[in-house]
Amino acid sequence: MKYTVQIVGVGGQGVLLASMVLGNAAMEQGYKVVMSEVHGMAQRGGSVLSTLRFGDDVISPLEAAGSADLIMGFEPAETCRNLPLGNKDTVVLMNLDPVLPSMVAAGFEEYPDIESLTGAVSAVNKNLYTLDATKIAIEAGKAVAANAVMIGAVAAMKGFPIPKDALLKSLMDQVPEKFRDLNVKAFEMGYSAMSS
Amino acid sequence: MPDLLAEGGRQLLLGNEAITRGLIEAGVGFASTYPGTPSSEVGNILEKISSDAGMYFEFSTNEKVAMEVSAAAASSGVRSFVFMKHVGLNVAADPMMTLAYAGVRGGMLIMSADDPSCHSSQNEQDNRYYSTLALLPMMEPSTPQEAKDMVKEAYRVSEELSLPLIFRTTTRVNHARGVVEMGQKAEAKKVGHFDKDVARFVNIPAYAKQNRVRLLDLYAKAQELSEKSPLNFTEGSGDVGIITSGVSYTYVREFVKGASILKLGFTNPLPEKKIADFIKGKKSIIVVEELEPFVEDQVLRICAQNGLSVPVYGKRSGHLPRQWEFSPDTLSGIRKLVEVEEFKQPLPKVTVQLPSRPPTLCAGCPHRGMFAAAKKAAGSSDVIYCSDIGCYTLGVQPPFQAADFIICMGGGAGAAGGFAQSTDQKAIAFMGDSTFFHAGIPPMINALFNNHKVVIVVLDNRTTAMTGHQPNPGTGRDFGGVSTDAIDIKSLVEGVGVKFVREINPYDVKAATKVMKDALDFDGVAVVISKCPCPLELKKQKQLVIRAVDVDQDKCVKCYNCVRTIACPALFKKEGAITTDPTQCIGCGMCANVCPTGAIEVRK
Repeated sequence: MKYTVQIVGVGGQGVLLASMVLGNAAMEQGYKVVMSEVHGMAQRGGSVLSTLRFGDDVISPLEAAGSADLIMGFEPAETCRNLPLGNKDTVVLMNLDPVLPSMVAAGFEEYPDIESLTGAVSAVNKNLYTLDATKIAIEAGKAVAANAVMIGAVAAMKGFPIPKDALLKSLMDQVPEKFRDLNVKAFEMGYSAMSS
Repeated sequence: MPDLLAEGGRQLLLGNEAITRGLIEAGVGFASTYPGTPSSEVGNILEKISSDAGMYFEFSTNEKVAMEVSAAAASSGVRSFVFMKHVGLNVAADPMMTLAYAGVRGGMLIMSADDPSCHSSQNEQDNRYYSTLALLPMMEPSTPQEAKDMVKEAYRVSEELSLPLIFRTTTRVNHARGVVEMGQKAEAKKVGHFDKDVARFVNIPAYAKQNRVRLLDLYAKAQELSEKSPLNFTEGSGDVGIITSGVSYTYVREFVKGASILKLGFTNPLPEKKIADFIKGKKSIIVVEELEPFVEDQVLRICAQNGLSVPVYGKRSGHLPRQWEFSPDTLSGIRKLVEVEEFKQPLPKVTVQLPSRPPTLCAGCPHRGMFAAAKKAAGSSDVIYCSDIGCYTLGVQPPFQAADFIICMGGGAGAAGGFAQSTDQKAIAFMGDSTFFHAGIPPMINALFNNHKVVIVVLDNRTTAMTGHQPNPGTGRDFGGVSTDAIDIKSLVEGVGVKFVREINPYDVKAATKVMKDALDFDGVAVVISKCPCPLELKKQKQLVIRAVDVDQDKCVKCYNCVRTIACPALFKKEGAITTDPTQCIGCGMCANVCPTGAIEVRK
């Protein structure tokens, strides 16, 4: 068994933390785990990509294009930008709440309609799941918990190899004590949103 | 956060964390660096745990000094570790080249963290050539676990040879994460004694001539160690042989089928006999390595010297690229030569026009104000903006476009002097506070000495921001049981004799613009120090005071001066109206400062 998750988003959204939660959970399940992260300059509000691979025999920290089993998209435009990491059978989880790039915010570039972005994915892939992770996180208490919402949603995905309780435990281990309740709440709300 | 001082167990570690753990298991007593990605995390971790690990650690002013302090420690019998990004080794190459002649007593590792694909660098030079240039042994790990274990073996070899050893990594090793089994921690020896030996440590020509011979003898001994090293091993079987090293090994190992693999971990000197034996009887050889044909060219020579007429494929044959980092996809280039796993058909790129998302200066970043002031002051005059290495490199983007020339740390100020002398254009150099201390002072003195009319802007944000907020001489030091005072940039600049020195607050863009006008008019060297702490650093220290900002839509005349000059990501233009994003805005007031009608107000 080999499983690859490509986690994509914008610097500051908690992509690295999410990959650590999934990676540690995979390790606790007894899998071999390899990951590759982006640090440094790209974190200044740029696009970020974190690759997580686990299974019985994985060693390469990178995956071939097209070979992702799951694309965890923290942001709609970034999900679309990274679509070639997946294939027609890849599960695509997309947070519908955009983070506007500075050139869009300043009015120099346009951000496409969300419908055109979801449409672009579903035209080529029948496994698109969407949720308003940021809005759900705000409802749970704070926008920064959107990554916990996303992990909760992954826990609800049929066929994801790591069980819900292992993901939740890993999340609780990774976040500071004082944010634990917020994250657990966000995780459960993400789980419910994806289950319904 | 991983616990790198744990007694045992296994953890999911970043390559850089695994390397740091390796130092603890090797009993390293002294470490030094100048921060640079992809090596930076090692320093950030040591800043926190070096005392508890019984190790001395410092952020040196630059890589050259970092090399020198670690060289002294190792010459005194203390195991030392100096680390930097690949271009940092250019700065440190001068001491390294002659240190090789003297050698060391305690083990010394020089970690060069190379950055194929320039993820966070200005070039993708292949530092493996430094090992052949300096005649130093070199090792290259492929995974975090191997990196940790290799550190210990590298110290053993360094001491056996009494030579510093180049520990060469790349981004996909430093920033890969994997499960690492912890080993035994070792007691660090922190204090040694320097036993004088003039013939060895004083390389005047008469001694250097002899030490060159000594070094060549040690290099021959290193060759023998490489032949015997368990770090160079074969696995798999097949009549196609693949020779590989570093992260490339992981791609070959996982995605190539039915080939013999010679995995090289001790990569200088190469195990020539082992390589020749591996090649004998093979149908063909493929060398899989990133960047330059460093191993491949030597394999071709080894074939020639051993009369082996086996075809060698790789970069010289055009099957593998010389530019950019590899990935599993790169192996498609050798599909005709060996069986490579079939990859799934990637989805096509979407046809929807996606907005660009380059890395950008943060909301409330003081550099925005300084760029706005410089551009406004320069007006339509022909100015060359010489920039440098740091967050402010991002000033190259619109609307600032305040970077016309960037080569290296401190290079902007040096080049500004050259432009001022050799053109009729004005030259403004931007550099950060850490860069000022790193390599910015000599070009400033050069401009004074040679009377170049330049404006040097020191963007003093009280930290080394880009690499993760390390302290620098301008902030003083307060970790590892050592406290020092901050060095005042203004006094230093005045002390060397600069006549025009002004400190400004970049959030007051109007006042900063006036100072920049005066600086541009000044007949000589003008230094403007933009003083404002990095908001991210303040946030980390829980000292950031966030103020709310209101935009009075009645007063707003929709001139968009705010977005055009400051372009802060917290400023939004929606259906013609300017608003601020309260989740990003820190209330620095730069946009309010440039608003001609006072429509933007920062609440007290």
